Formats: sequence, C-alpha cells, structure tokens
Amino acid sequence: MKLLVTFSKGKGKGPIIAQAVRDTGVLIAVERAVIDSSAGEALIEVPDDQCRLVRDTMSNLGANVRILEHGIMFNESECVDCGACISICPRDVFAFDTFFRLTVTEERCILCGKCVDACPHDALTMPI
Amino acid sequence: MRKSIDQINERIRDGNARVVTAEEMPDIVAELGEDGALKEVDVVTTGTFGAMCSSGAFLNFGHAEPPIRMERIWLNDVEAYGGLAAVDTYLGATQQSETRGEEYGGAHVLEDLVAGKAVELRASSRGTDCYPRRTITTELLLEHLNQAIMCNPRNAYQRYNAAINTTDRTLHTYMGMLLPNSGNITFSGAGVLNPISNDPKLRLIGSGVPIFLCGAPGMVIGEGTQHSPAGGFATLMATGDVKQMSQDYLRAATMTGYGVTLYVGLGIPLPVIDKEVVRATAVRDEDISVDLVDYGVPSRNRPTLKKVTYAELRSGSVSLNGEEIRTSSLSSYNRAQRVALTLKDWICAGKMELSLPTRRIDPTRQAHPMHETVKGPRVADIMDKNIVSIGEGEEIRTAAQKLLKGETNHLPVINGVNELVGIVTTFDISKAVVNPGKAQLVRDIMKKRVITTTPDEPVDIAIRKLEQNNISALPVLDPNRHVVAMLTAINLGKLFGKRWLK
Repeated sequence: MKLLVTFSKGKGKGPIIAQAVRDTGVLIAVERAVIDSSAGEALIEVPDDQCRLVRDTMSNLGANVRILEHGIMFNESECVDCGACISICPRDVFAFDTFFRLTVTEERCILCGKCVDACPHDALTMPI
Repeated sequence: MRKSIDQINERIRDGNARVVTAEEMPDIVAELGEDGALKEVDVVTTGTFGAMCSSGAFLNFGHAEPPIRMERIWLNDVEAYGGLAAVDTYLGATQQSETRGEEYGGAHVLEDLVAGKAVELRASSRGTDCYPRRTITTELLLEHLNQAIMCNPRNAYQRYNAAINTTDRTLHTYMGMLLPNSGNITFSGAGVLNPISNDPKLRLIGSGVPIFLCGAPGMVIGEGTQHSPAGGFATLMATGDVKQMSQDYLRAATMTGYGVTLYVGLGIPLPVIDKEVVRATAVRDEDISVDLVDYGVPSRNRPTLKKVTYAELRSGSVSLNGEEIRTSSLSSYNRAQRVALTLKDWICAGKMELSLPTRRIDPTRQAHPMHETVKGPRVADIMDKNIVSIGEGEEIRTAAQKLLKGETNHLPVINGVNELVGIVTTFDISKAVVNPGKAQLVRDIMKKRVITTTPDEPVDIAIRKLEQNNISALPVLDPNRHVVAMLTAINLGKLFGKRWLK
C-alpha cells in the first residue's frame, strides 16, 4: 500500500520517517520524495497489513498521511493506444499487449505525474 | 503476368477479391513467391493513425436571415478563416481557442462535431448592401451544416524522424515529451502499414484514388504540402466527408507545451496489378529506417545520431552508445491495424472499388528550405560590447565596486587566461554582505554553471535561454571561451523600432 506523507514547517521536528521505522519496526520504502527547508512530500510503500500502524505513527509525529487507494487514473475511452506514456514512466506502469493495446499496471505507479503531461489525449489524470 | 484494375474491381463486385493487409503481405510473398502472390492477392490495404497537424475542414453554414458575409469567424472561440466570403470557412486543426489556450482547438471542434455535440458559431462583418447583417451567434450541430468537407493539406507522411533530447532539460515538442539526457526516444508512423511506404514510387497512390479517411470513404487529392519524396518524406493531400466520419478515427489531441493537433486515421487500398506492386508491398518494419534526430538543437538542421528501423523503434528500446533507451510511439499502431482491417472489410463487402491515379504524384521531388530575404536578428546585432569582467581571485569588495561603476548587474568571472569560469550578480554580492562567512574572493561566491550565447546565435534562441533559466543576462563567448560581450534583457529593447519587428 502506498502512503502520501506531507511535512510542513513547524509541525513535527526530527527525522519522521526514520523515527517511524524505528518505532514500528516496519521497513518503509521511499519511492519518491521532495523535501526542502520549509515543507516536503514523500510517497512511501509499506506492507498492506501495517499501513494503518505506519499512518498513525507518522501522524502522531506531526506528518500528514494519506493512504492512496489508486495509482494514476486511466480513461480508456480517451486512450488511442499510441504509447506516448510508455517511455516517460519511471516505473514501467505502461506497456503494450500483443495487440498493441495499452496495459496499465496501476500497483507500480508512484504518482509522479509525468505521464499526465505526456499523454496527448488527456487519458491520464492524477487521482488527487 | 499483369492484372488490370477492371479485373480487380470485377472480383470486388463478385465478392471474390482476395484482400490482405500490408502487415500480412510480406509473409504471403515469402511463402508463395512474387508470381504466386501476384496471382493470389488482389488488394493490399494499408493504414496509419497518428498526429497530422496539417488538417482541417471546409464548412458551409447556409445563409442567415438577414444574410451576413462573415469576415471574422469563431467556432467555440477557435478562429476560422474568414476570407472565403459569406458563409464558408476553413477551420484548421491546430488553431487554438482564444479562451482555453492549448487545451482546446480546431481539432477539438471537429471531434465535437463528429461526436454530435453542439458548437457555437460566432461571426462578425462590416455589413454591405447585399449582406447587411453585422453579427451572428448560433449553436450548430454537424447535421445543421450543408457541408463539412475535410481537406487535409499534409497527411500520411511516408515516415518520420525519431526524436531524442541530449540537453539537460525536458523538452515539449510536436514529437511529445522528450526527457533530458537522452532519457527516451519518440517516433511516429505505422512502418509496415504506412500507405506510401508500400508504394514508394507512387505508382498507385495519386489524384482520385479512393481512401479511408477518419472512418469515411475519401479520396487522395494529390501531393501534400512539404512533399519531399527524394528524401523519403512524401506526403498526401486528402479529402473526405466529415459527416460520415467516426470518433474512433478522428481524435483531437494536445502535445503539452506545443499545442493542438488532430489524430487522423488514413488508409489506402493498393491494387496488386503487377510484380512491382508485390515487391513494394512485401516491405517490413525492418526495411524502413528513419533518422534519430536530436531535438535538443533548436535549428532546422538538427544532428542525426543514428539510423533506426521501425522494427527497432517498435521493439520498445533502441541501443545508443551502449545504452538501451526506451521508445514511445506517438501514433497508434493498434488503430493503424484497425484502419487497414476496416478497409479490408469494406472491399471484401464490395463497398469500395479501386482506381488508378487520374494524375500521378511526382516521386522524385525535394522540398527546399524557406528563401529568407531578411535575416532574423543575431545576438551580435544587439549585444553590449562594453563588458566589465572580474578575475576569479579578486576580492568580493572589488566586484561590488566594479558592478557599481559599470552600472550593471552581472559580472562575468574570468580565469588567468581570460576564459569564462563563472558569473556574479548584485544578488550574489548582497547575499555575501548580509551573510558574511568565510567567503572572501569572487570564486567563493560565483555561480559556476553559466548559461552563455555566441554572436551568431539567433536572438530568438537566446531569449528562450533567458526565459527557461529565469535569468536576465548571457555572456557572449567566442570559440575560445573569451567573453566578447554581454546580452542582457535591456539589449532586447533594441529590437523594438528596428526592421525586425516592423
């Protein structure tokens, strides 16, 4: 399960992710993170059965945590199966089947949003 | 052996014609040989589905009461051509909405009409004795128009360059999003299914030949604009009735940062009249190569990094300098297959008969670049040659004095042999003064990554560098990295009132 963690200035001091790993013992995979002096955002992956525990722990440490149910939203009726998204995606979410139809492996998505701009047909949107 | 077009049409009428797609043909030729394939196959259908910017439609609205001669015309805020008098217009696919920018354009208006949606027509006129009305606003459905005749000046490119980007920033082009540092490759075209690649000598494709255009039966008008078969870039001008078109094969699109375009499905049935047709239609993706071009170079003459075939491009990755780079198609191969298959169904069902060109298209022409009588401005025309520079070993205080005396905000920093090594701005110096740390010398506070220009660079390219990097000055360098001038935002003012902006 993927969690979107946002940090903001003044809320929560110290290394929140590291603290959460030590407190819960859950191994957290950081898939994408942008953090600067005032705020930040990280997309983390944790085992499904421990995602609530990690969420609650991080929330208590001052972060804002949201469980992401979906990867990128795919509108099949707008898609023409061109494949413009395939080489843009850092996680191989998109591929062709043997009939050159686009397949979307949503679980791999880290919601970086690159494909949204790359799609000429407005078939991909962020779920947020 | 030869087959006449009449023989082939007779077999189509009788329901006995053997029709195959251009994807199936190579294996048939390999199995039966050229003679066998000529005997066996009557028609090879081709197809392509991709972005074809040079597309649009002539529309006739019928006369209003009182009548108007429309001079300026908008459809859903997308301007259409007003020089055709009265109630005719030409709507171009790439024209953008005046209110919604690149997210909506002429292509979207066409798709909305085909999808059965209402479109708002707005027009104005100065009013004449015969056409007194000055303005009109009305909602129209496609069925309300007398005619909607698609007429695409440049479609069905024989093939197209593949694109890569060697710069360090993401580019937004008509070839889609190009990741920095050769992060991906984009390409377009149906390769083995492409109409002209199956008839490169243009023996069968020419004026009057029936085609599939966006789901409707259409026709080749003749050669397309920019037609350049000598270099392998033949194009076609095509027409068809928008009222019979389908959204499956006509889709509006936006290349982010570039603009609006129309995805067009186009297919041409090729009559197998002789062995030369058999040979031409036996072409495979492996046989069709294109240049892999660096779109990081903002010039007409972009460098080619290597030749690649459609087979390589479609495999998902291309190897370049020992690295596997992933590829993205911008055109849809799945839809191209569907165009070729639909065309096959039409012919098998006797819905379309074939004909040879009433006028042939020149298969040897070469398009040439624009003849320019007034050269655009170069950096040398407006750059400031009064340069104040500073050595990297000088004290920050000296830099501050020079900035004050030179009345400039940018100081290029040079090393002992007068080469550019950095730049300091009034901002850098103010920062050093407010936060006095260990920094004593210019080299401690200078920015080392300097964006530069050259005297012969077009000003338009230099302006893009300023915009993209959010900076206001570029050192102008000679080939030895010596600073010969500065180009600042102030110099750009010289463009006004000069001949370039007249």
